Amino acid sequence: MFKILSTRQLATGIKQFVIEAPRISHKYQPGQFVILRLYDRGERIPLTIKAVDPQAGTITICVQSVGKTTHLLNLLEPGDSLLDVVGPLGKPSEIKNFGTVAIIAGSVGTAMAIPTTKALKQAGNHVIFIEGARRQDLVVLEDEIRAISDEPYILTDDGSYLEKGLVTHKLLQLLDSGRKIDFVLAVGPIPMMRAVADITKTRGIRTVVSLNSIMVDGTGMCGGCRVLVGNHSQFACVDGPEFEADQVNFDVLVQRNSMYRDAEHKSLDDFLANPERELALVRESCKLRELEEHAAVVPGGPHAK
Amino acid sequence: MPNNNPLPNKERMKILRQHMPERPADVRNHDFLEVNLGFQSELAKQEALRCIACAKPTCMHECPVGVKVREFIDLILAGDYLGAAAKIREDNVLPAVTGRVCPQEEQCEGGCVLGKKGDSLAIGHLERFVADYEQKSGKLGLPAIAPPTGKKVAIVGSGPAGLTCAGDLIQKGHRVRVFEALHELGGVLVYGIPEFRLPKDIVRQEIDNMRKMGVEFETDVVVGKTVTIDELMQEEGYDAVFVATGAGLPQFLNVPGEHLNGVYSANEFLTRNNLMRAYRFPEFDEPVYDCRDRNVIVVGSGNTAMDAVRTSKRLGAKSATIVYRRTEAEMPARLEEVKHAKEEGIVFTMLTAPVEFIGDEKGWLRQARCQKMELGEPDASGRRRPVPIKGSEYLMDCDLAIIAVGTSANPLIQSTTPDLATNKWKYIQADPNTQRTSKPGVFAGGDIVTGGATVILAMGAGRRAAASVHQYLTTGVWETSIPAAETTTHS
Ligand SMILES: Cc1cc2nc3c(=O)[nH]c(=O)nc-3n(C[C@H](O)[C@H](O)[C@H](O)COP(=O)(O)OP(=O)(O)OC[C@H]3O[C@@H](n4cnc5c(N)ncnc54)[C@H](O)[C@@H]3O)c2cc1C
Ligand SMILES: Cc1cc2nc3c(=O)[nH]c(=O)nc-3n(C[C@H](O)[C@H](O)[C@H](O)COP(=O)(O)OP(=O)(O)OC[C@H]3O[C@@H](n4cnc5c(N)ncnc54)[C@H](O)[C@@H]3O)c2cc1C
Ligand code: FES
Repeated sequence: MFKILSTRQLATGIKQFVIEAPRISHKYQPGQFVILRLYDRGERIPLTIKAVDPQAGTITICVQSVGKTTHLLNLLEPGDSLLDVVGPLGKPSEIKNFGTVAIIAGSVGTAMAIPTTKALKQAGNHVIFIEGARRQDLVVLEDEIRAISDEPYILTDDGSYLEKGLVTHKLLQLLDSGRKIDFVLAVGPIPMMRAVADITKTRGIRTVVSLNSIMVDGTGMCGGCRVLVGNHSQFACVDGPEFEADQVNFDVLVQRNSMYRDAEHKSLDDFLANPERELALVRESCKLRELEEHAAVVPGGPHAK
Repeated sequence: MPNNNPLPNKERMKILRQHMPERPADVRNHDFLEVNLGFQSELAKQEALRCIACAKPTCMHECPVGVKVREFIDLILAGDYLGAAAKIREDNVLPAVTGRVCPQEEQCEGGCVLGKKGDSLAIGHLERFVADYEQKSGKLGLPAIAPPTGKKVAIVGSGPAGLTCAGDLIQKGHRVRVFEALHELGGVLVYGIPEFRLPKDIVRQEIDNMRKMGVEFETDVVVGKTVTIDELMQEEGYDAVFVATGAGLPQFLNVPGEHLNGVYSANEFLTRNNLMRAYRFPEFDEPVYDCRDRNVIVVGSGNTAMDAVRTSKRLGAKSATIVYRRTEAEMPARLEEVKHAKEEGIVFTMLTAPVEFIGDEKGWLRQARCQKMELGEPDASGRRRPVPIKGSEYLMDCDLAIIAVGTSANPLIQSTTPDLATNKWKYIQADPNTQRTSKPGVFAGGDIVTGGATVILAMGAGRRAAASVHQYLTTGVWETSIPAAETTTHS
């Protein structure tokens, strides 16, 4: 089991967790994610690893409440555990010195983009970071963004905090003012990534997007996460999650992500009607697993690792 | 050999094969409870009486792991069911599983002399009977464990190959740890084969037994990602590694429209239902396509296709159809599955292949463009090749299409273990007798070596690997027939 060591509320509905996961912390590279499951009736959901501490054997994730599983997860506190966490999955981000890079992130995408941004900065890039949020209370990790980028821009859709506008406006503004940008990474809602892709395509700027298709196993076994890239089927969990933006068929991604909309709504409504009940189930599942782990007899002595 | 059969051979051959009691087709195709109810001891004894105890038992010869069929049948006749189970366990550690899922008609029962004139002995049903009896009795005699050898073995994958190997090696006194990528143990036995054919409790009990014997299990570890084979050997001190990761990669048809909502790989459809229990949504969180009042087609004709089509029927499909490009004679599924499927109202559309999937304006599947086929000359596999009939295309209504045309090797381990030699399909090369790979200390077996095969063949490989690992660990001598990998061919 995977103990939650600490949590921090980053914004309304967005929470950060530090979790004990020694194996994953040792193997992680920026751009990779985990899949987790909260209880024996739970689904498996993918979440990007935001940071690791191999010495402490921990990983950090940031979660935005959207449906049942993320809402449930965000109720957990230090002392709780996660039943299953598997990773690190997916291909690491491509890290090299491109020159000037622009990282464009929306809402929880900001947290997802941070590790790759740090690595790009370390590789010698000049880093422009454009974070967009709908309102002030959804702006996340501002200090961190300012610390790891050369040119941070933080915008809100409604102007309730700092600059008013969309991330794409800022990108256009920079490009129109003659800024040379060599590489773009966009992480966030699909419409945002698509809009960025449209802008950079016409200007020939290489752009990578991180695709959030629906996943089950995360190891290439089911094909449920397949996306159309350059008219070929690719599995986001093993071939991605990052893909060349100009090759991605966003329509198919939107369509496939809508596949379980009705069921998702039902799950969320049922859950919101009685969240405490589900929370109790999560805690019970973890207790049972703990007993199981203790009961396992090991002839040669204590578990090695 | 003792003979507990009171009847002369002539009398034995007059007894008709006993039928497996089953739940009625129109009841069971609405739920996920097991279809077959199993023999009671009366039926089992009656069936066992039919065995003519051949001097040269071809049944045993045809069994991939050489189960001593004649001897266990004789123990049934003596009323010693636990003894019969123990006899099977000498060669097959998962009898409750194989009794249910082995293609007996091609193996033991295919070799049975009775089958030449009438019906062969129901060896599978008898195997299941004694295995279930043993599980219910709670009197499973756990085998003796040799004193600790101080050696450590890592097993990658908890399917039948991995479990068998673990069960054998723990008895030799080695320390054994099984690493599994998923959150549940059992491989295809839990994520692929549905509850109505193989109740998950049976697999769980077998795994509990192994825990009691001291096998350690670690789930949520994708070897190749979470830890590599080299790290297991160099940093965690494993003296040998057995790779039994199966052939889990789904194949699609590569026809237009395969990205539409409503097109699934069989792996995804079955994993959602079996591993994630989506058939119990909303009690369980994982959703799956709502099949109620929908037309479902399943492309393919193996066990996987039968499992998928029967699952869709149970989820309420208006019509559930197998679409296959050859004819029934070429279908690789177990005979019993085809029979059960037909009873449950599954439609079989033969000599037909989809060439395109067509959706509505929102991207949901609505029709498949299908092509009629005829059989031509035999191909490399010896089966007659399906040839498209020109101008035969037509549209078939369907809202859900499940592709069950086979799987291939998952390359996760191979790509992070460059000195592990693979063939051109990325399957790991292993010696057929010793399961040794090109990499010292590393063994492989099951579907990851042979491609998608059967439970019993995977178990056979696990058993050979265990013997070979033990030999390697006790002698320290590494010999293999597999040449070193050309590391440059790997990406
Ligand atoms: C590689 C990857 C990395 C991700 N990283 C993060 C992250 O760091 N932080 C974060 O908050 N979110 C992240 N997501 C998205 C997150 O996985 C989904 O928000 C989550 O699965 C929703 O589950 P739910 O039950 O709360 O909502 P649901 O009710 O299940 O769904 C709500 C929405 O989430 C999408 N969704 C549902 N199930 C999945 C699934 N299994 N996989 C992906 N999307 C799904 C649906 O399309 C739907 O629009 C990531 C997704 C991917 C693929
Ligand atoms: C739907 C279906 C129905 C079938 N029906 C029958 C039947 O009726 N009769 C029959 O005899 N055969 C049947 N088969 C075939 C049979 O199940 C397989 O041949 C057999 O399970 C192979 O065993 P295995 O141990 O090699 O691999 P698997 O059972 O595939 O197990 C491999 C395990 O390794 C894990 N794994 C994979 N990669 C990694 C990794 N990198 N790290 C850690 N773990 C990993 C997987 O998650 C899995 O649990 C069926 C197959 C399917 C898919
Ligand atoms: S999530 Fe199953 S293949 Fe990607």
